[in-house]
Amino acid sequence: MTVLKDISREARNLAAVFEATGAEVVELDFLQISNVLLDLYGEDIRGRAFITNDPVHGEMMLRPDFTIPIVERHMANNVSPARYTYSGKVFRRQEEFPDRPREFLQVGYEIFDGANPEKADAEVFSLVNEALSGIQVRIATGDIGILMAAVRSLSTTDTRKKALLRHIWRPHRFRTLLNQYSGLSSKPQPNQDLDDYNKLLDKFQAVGSRKVQEIKERLRQIKLESETDPLDPEEVKILDELLSLKDKCTVAHRHLENLSKKMPGIESTVDNFATRLDFLKKNGIKIDRLDFEGSYGRTSMEYYDGFVFGFYSETHMDLAAVATGGRYDALTERMESGKKIPAVGAVLRPDLTLLLREKNHD
Amino acid sequence: MIRLGVPSKGRLMGQTFDWFSKRGINLVRSESDREYAGHIEGIENVQLIFLSASEIPRELSAGRLHFGVTGYDVIQEKLVRFNQLVEPISELGFGFADLIIAVPSFWVDVETLDDLDAVSAQFRDKHGYRLRIATKYHRLLREFLMEAGVADYQIVDSQGATEGAVKNDLAEAIADITSTGNTLKANHLKILSDGLILKSQATLFKSLTAEFSKEENQVANLLVKKLSAKD
Repeated sequence: MTVLKDISREARNLAAVFEATGAEVVELDFLQISNVLLDLYGEDIRGRAFITNDPVHGEMMLRPDFTIPIVERHMANNVSPARYTYSGKVFRRQEEFPDRPREFLQVGYEIFDGANPEKADAEVFSLVNEALSGIQVRIATGDIGILMAAVRSLSTTDTRKKALLRHIWRPHRFRTLLNQYSGLSSKPQPNQDLDDYNKLLDKFQAVGSRKVQEIKERLRQIKLESETDPLDPEEVKILDELLSLKDKCTVAHRHLENLSKKMPGIESTVDNFATRLDFLKKNGIKIDRLDFEGSYGRTSMEYYDGFVFGFYSETHMDLAAVATGGRYDALTERMESGKKIPAVGAVLRPDLTLLLREKNHD
Repeated sequence: MIRLGVPSKGRLMGQTFDWFSKRGINLVRSESDREYAGHIEGIENVQLIFLSASEIPRELSAGRLHFGVTGYDVIQEKLVRFNQLVEPISELGFGFADLIIAVPSFWVDVETLDDLDAVSAQFRDKHGYRLRIATKYHRLLREFLMEAGVADYQIVDSQGATEGAVKNDLAEAIADITSTGNTLKANHLKILSDGLILKSQATLFKSLTAEFSKEENQVANLLVKKLSAKD
């Protein structure tokens, strides 16, 4: 029977692996200002976080994860490079899975260092792997950076690229847009010319904050879009191959190299991928046995924009991920416009790791 | 004693009484109509509980009511995994309400959720905050938009007169129940062509969490038999 005291001890054991690097041990606030979280995650976070109120700060949330508090902490410190480790509870509403816990411990490790991103990626991954030694895990890895580079290198309008990048973490909507831009499915069409729209506009009263000017601007965009050529089928094919790529890292690398010959825009991110593999190999990770998935990290890991990974129980398929992590270079920029601080990190679930260690002994 | 919850006010209450009486069950409110209690003519051991329709879901899920009449919309908004907590016995054929998303009619560039998503991105760029949608159906709206992949919006709570929220500059769009659409029109709004979140009507629900004694079970079965018969 797993007891709280044991989970705390397990958390301390996991944290010891990270503390050994000399990382600063930090304590972070439980209560977070809602607006910061809402701006990052959108309205969906309300379905996942517990909400409360403060007479001064207004709506606040019990931290649903450590990402924002750790980034805020780092920006306040303003000393780079930096390594942090932390351990504490996070709180989640469980609407979809009522049987999952509403509060649980997480142990985490983050590196803020732009000097050698791939080395830092490998460091975080290898430490997590070390902390989980003795547990049978299935590991998934991916690279959102390659995906984003592929979208950016499409020979099409910036408007389309921006729309696709905005939905990279919403695969369904991403696919809808991709099909529309490829001419495979219908898209918003101007069914009247702009003059007729203007007459139509005059028939209704303008209400709310969205101005007539903004509507006219979007009408022009729709017209422009309808006159833009469909995406190059060859490029869409490469994107699709990238999205469906599923292989061991070493094999995946060869595929990626071939793809980058046809799409030079992804070449530098594929080089980064290779560099990361080298560092992983140096750290003793068996990269010829490590899985890579082109689409991994797109559904559950908004804001990750580079290397992504997850460790799952091989024996208990229904369990949540035991550890997840990745690179989030653009996040600091989004939180405090202009200041981009490259960062990579991971969190582990001591309650689950302990459960799996105990099952091993059964 | 079987506890049956019925709406305490207005047309919904009147129509509920009519619907039951058409099936040979006469609901009787206590003599003083200020008292929110009553019984059923000719059937012993049933207690009428008059409640606001929006409170009936909570009482059903807690098992404090055995049966209750309320809208499908409030059941789905208030109860997570509602089908494990309540069972619909009969649709009552009134209280029709569609939960829809509406935007200003003068948004001639917007017809669908695709458009709404594109406009949300544009709006956030231009105004620096996320497009506001006023509603009291937070959960249903959020799940619907998540499913549809609409991003960069925010929900603004509105417990009444929601149709006026846009005109009063409290929101850019709304999600609300509508029966005829006239109120929307009067407030310069139109419905998105694929913006139907839910179709609802007054429905008799049985609680799946309430305890039924042997006697209560007999009465319950009698009620269900009478009430689930088709017109």
